[in-house]
Amino acid sequence: MKNWKLAAGLLLSVALPSGANATDLEVTHWWTSGGEAAAVAELAKAFDASGDHWVDGAIAGGGDTARPVMIARITGGDPMGATQFNHGQQALELVQAGLMLDLTDVAEAQKWRDVINPISLLDGCTIDGKVYCAPMNIHSPEWLWINNKIYEDLGIPIPTNWTEFVASAPQVEAAGKIPLALGRQAWQSNLAFNAIAVGIGGLDLWKKVNVDKDMEAAAGPEMLKVFQASADARKLASKSTVQDWNQATNMVITGEAAGQIMGDWAQGEFAVAGKVAGKDYTCLPGLGLNAYLSTGGDAFYFPKLADPEKEAAQKRLAALLVSPDVQVAFNLKKGSLPIRGDIDMSAANDCMKKGLEILKSGNVVPAGDQVWSPDVQTQLGDMQSEFWSGDMTPEDAQARYVEILKTGL
Amino acid sequence: MAGKPRGLRLFRNLNAKVAAVPMVLTTMVVFVGGTLWTVLYSFTNSKLLPRLEFVGIDQYKRLWSNDLWNAAIWNLAFYGVMSLIFTIVMGFVLAVLLDQKIRFEDAFRTIMLYPFALSFIVTGLVWQWILNPEMGIQEVVRRIGFETFTFDPLHNPNTVLYGLLIAGLWQGTGFTMCLMLAGLRGIDEDIWKAARVDGIPKWKTYIYVVIPMMRPVFMTTLVIVAAGIIKLYDLVVAQTSGGPGNASQVPAMYVYRYMFTAQNLGQGFAASTMMLLSVLIVLVPWAYLEFGGKKHG
Amino acid sequence: MADVAIHSATVVRPRGAKPKTRFSGGNIMLYGTLFVVSVYYLLPLWVMVMTSLKGMPEIRMGNIFAPPVEITFQPWVKAWSEACTGLNCDGLSRGFWNSVMITVPSVIISIIVASVNGYALVNWRFKGSEVFFTILIFGSFIPYQIMLYPIVILLREMHIYGTLYGLILVHTIFGMPILTLLFRNYFSSLPEELFKAARVDGAGFWRIYFQIMVPMSLPIFVVALILQITGIWNDFLFGVVFTKPEIYPMTVQLNNIVNSVQGVKEYNVNMAATLLTGLVPLIIYFVSGKLFVRGIAAGAVKG
Repeated sequence: MKNWKLAAGLLLSVALPSGANATDLEVTHWWTSGGEAAAVAELAKAFDASGDHWVDGAIAGGGDTARPVMIARITGGDPMGATQFNHGQQALELVQAGLMLDLTDVAEAQKWRDVINPISLLDGCTIDGKVYCAPMNIHSPEWLWINNKIYEDLGIPIPTNWTEFVASAPQVEAAGKIPLALGRQAWQSNLAFNAIAVGIGGLDLWKKVNVDKDMEAAAGPEMLKVFQASADARKLASKSTVQDWNQATNMVITGEAAGQIMGDWAQGEFAVAGKVAGKDYTCLPGLGLNAYLSTGGDAFYFPKLADPEKEAAQKRLAALLVSPDVQVAFNLKKGSLPIRGDIDMSAANDCMKKGLEILKSGNVVPAGDQVWSPDVQTQLGDMQSEFWSGDMTPEDAQARYVEILKTGL
Repeated sequence: MAGKPRGLRLFRNLNAKVAAVPMVLTTMVVFVGGTLWTVLYSFTNSKLLPRLEFVGIDQYKRLWSNDLWNAAIWNLAFYGVMSLIFTIVMGFVLAVLLDQKIRFEDAFRTIMLYPFALSFIVTGLVWQWILNPEMGIQEVVRRIGFETFTFDPLHNPNTVLYGLLIAGLWQGTGFTMCLMLAGLRGIDEDIWKAARVDGIPKWKTYIYVVIPMMRPVFMTTLVIVAAGIIKLYDLVVAQTSGGPGNASQVPAMYVYRYMFTAQNLGQGFAASTMMLLSVLIVLVPWAYLEFGGKKHG
Repeated sequence: MADVAIHSATVVRPRGAKPKTRFSGGNIMLYGTLFVVSVYYLLPLWVMVMTSLKGMPEIRMGNIFAPPVEITFQPWVKAWSEACTGLNCDGLSRGFWNSVMITVPSVIISIIVASVNGYALVNWRFKGSEVFFTILIFGSFIPYQIMLYPIVILLREMHIYGTLYGLILVHTIFGMPILTLLFRNYFSSLPEELFKAARVDGAGFWRIYFQIMVPMSLPIFVVALILQITGIWNDFLFGVVFTKPEIYPMTVQLNNIVNSVQGVKEYNVNMAATLLTGLVPLIIYFVSGKLFVRGIAAGAVKG
């Protein structure tokens, strides 16, 4: 650990000797919930400590609100110093249009190829052999979060997987609680569905449909089971009317709802509320059925700026974001997994350790954002949102699902 | 007509022409130029950035086979018709009530007009809250003793548009009322005297005499209200986000969603073009009535 | 009908004698209806104000229509100077002056341009002027979201993207249709003889505009002023897309505060923030509501 710090420090000072130049860099992102803001504060602290200045450009309302603003500013010729995007195809065209800074020299100096794990994250940043983004964290959406107290009060065992969770739902409901919390935004419905797909359908099916793009599998009976399970799940969530994901998480925290299917970022909310993993709440990766996680996440892109001083600061920031200390500090606060396997995460809590283990064992699949275009993802979100809050039959939903996937082939 | 002196017109009116430059530029560059640009790119497969790779009418085929778009169109049509009728009827009736030589007219007028000062975002947020079943009207009525009272329009796909309507009318009817009131005050006092002498009841005078005389007022109101309806976006985003499911999606949301979230500009532009087309269908008859038939000034 | 505008000041008042106080059935109906309608209009304001004065525990328990048991101004303080978005914990205060900086020049410039347009359209008609006007009206129907992309490109080519100038230009462009409609209708209601007489005296375009048209058009300028201040102050979309954090208007900060949920939604802070953001247009309406109606009566309504 100490050696690493030293090495990184040396590298930084050798590669970028002008570290003393204080430069303001505006950084835009959509991390505004409690846990997220605490994590961003770590980044700002580290960047400010290195001599530069982090100008925070948070845009609230989630990626759907923030991304148009970011894209408009980059294409409008007034870019920020650095900006968050999700891994995958969101920024692809901006890179192809030559609007993004090439970080290959930083990546090579910092040996990103050797330290980043899984390497698919770096591949997601690499276009035509050049690196254009600094991966920040790994997020996996396939988690079930459970409020322990509700089950203790009912005197029934805490579910250890999705099947048990569904089976216990009638008792939870009888106690006047909502079995499943679900925020009413399209992406959250889509997330719940995908988590059930990994959990119930299993890894092979998931890979066949999403990686090999096997449309027969998508239309097949195995996938129908996933849709039927989702139709059961939507009944459990019928009384949940909140919009934002963290409001839904809050329902679980306060004991209004028994569980929520949400990504590992929900952990940040539990932490801010002072809840302890394993004691107050239980987390089940892969819904407790299949210990697989898909690895999407956030990355920072650096738009090209005319000012060479700013460019140097951008590269300093890129190096800093991937550096071990920052990775540890940021991800502990955010509840996400670090993008390098060589750092000490002993401070991590129960849930993060589960995630780290899965990561180490290599049971990972690429995230939806990486295998499908935003266009397909949006259509899926619209469809799932209708499915989860209406009475569409699983068969109809599956037929439309296949149609949508076909537009992305 | 006026201001057309003889002789070298071009130089004599140079100032007038210079003054019209901003308007000409705006109409030609922004409205016409922007529209043509949008239409052109609606035939391409542009994703995140505009690209001229033509794909024929593929975007339109996909658009019209998309359930979300069709739902959005029907939602807007329903909301639009209801909103037009209610805004104009309510605006007119309220104006007539205020025109009855009442006390505290200023106070009543201010009360009805102030919501117009607030944005749709604020309107949507406040009404979302008042209509929230756990805290709003439903809960309060239940506490009074009617324990089975149910009033939860925003979480029921069949009623969510009425929920939007309640908020939209709250924000906009005051302005319509002002327009109508101004129109009523512009009616010659003699008309009322004549009607009274002839023994025509008041309500008949309103319907058969006053309303036809207020045709220009209704026209202005119609343009302003209809323009607002087609642009409906903020209110929905703030109040329902298009939900539950897709029950309150509107075309402007679809456009925004596909242009920026889905990064499918071609699809967004195709939807935009359909919206612009529907505007033209509404507007051409109006322009014909305005400029084709009678003269002004 | 053209001369109505001239005695607008008298026209907006109810005609005839002051009403006598009598409790006829009709009157009770009339005032009863107005009372019920007023409740509908006032309810949201009541809820906003009451909620903004309550603490969170009281909000969770009580009903939203009840007045606060314990009045607290903490939500207002928090909304103004403490609420966080990301790392910036200075509430709405940052945005207030930005909003002023954006609104004042945008309002002035858009009104000048639109009034000159209206004047030119009525008194200096040129070939095709009606066509331009029709296109302008068409412009008022275009959802802003559709024009976002072309405008981004336009501003980029003019090298004013992300600057205050860019935003002022955008507000001028999108304020133009409705304002031009109002000014055109108003000017066409002024007696043409005035204009003709001035022309005979040899007055030119600008002299007639400044010496005859502007002084006679105070009511419609007030209407335009109110509409524009409200519209531009309340604008969110252009403010967030065409500026950058240093000059974000208050509405962007409002959105950030309302949407940055940290644990529980702080409804009282949200409502206080909402009221603070709406304060400027609200005050303008409460103070000048009378002038507003007078201005509209004075000509805005003639087609």
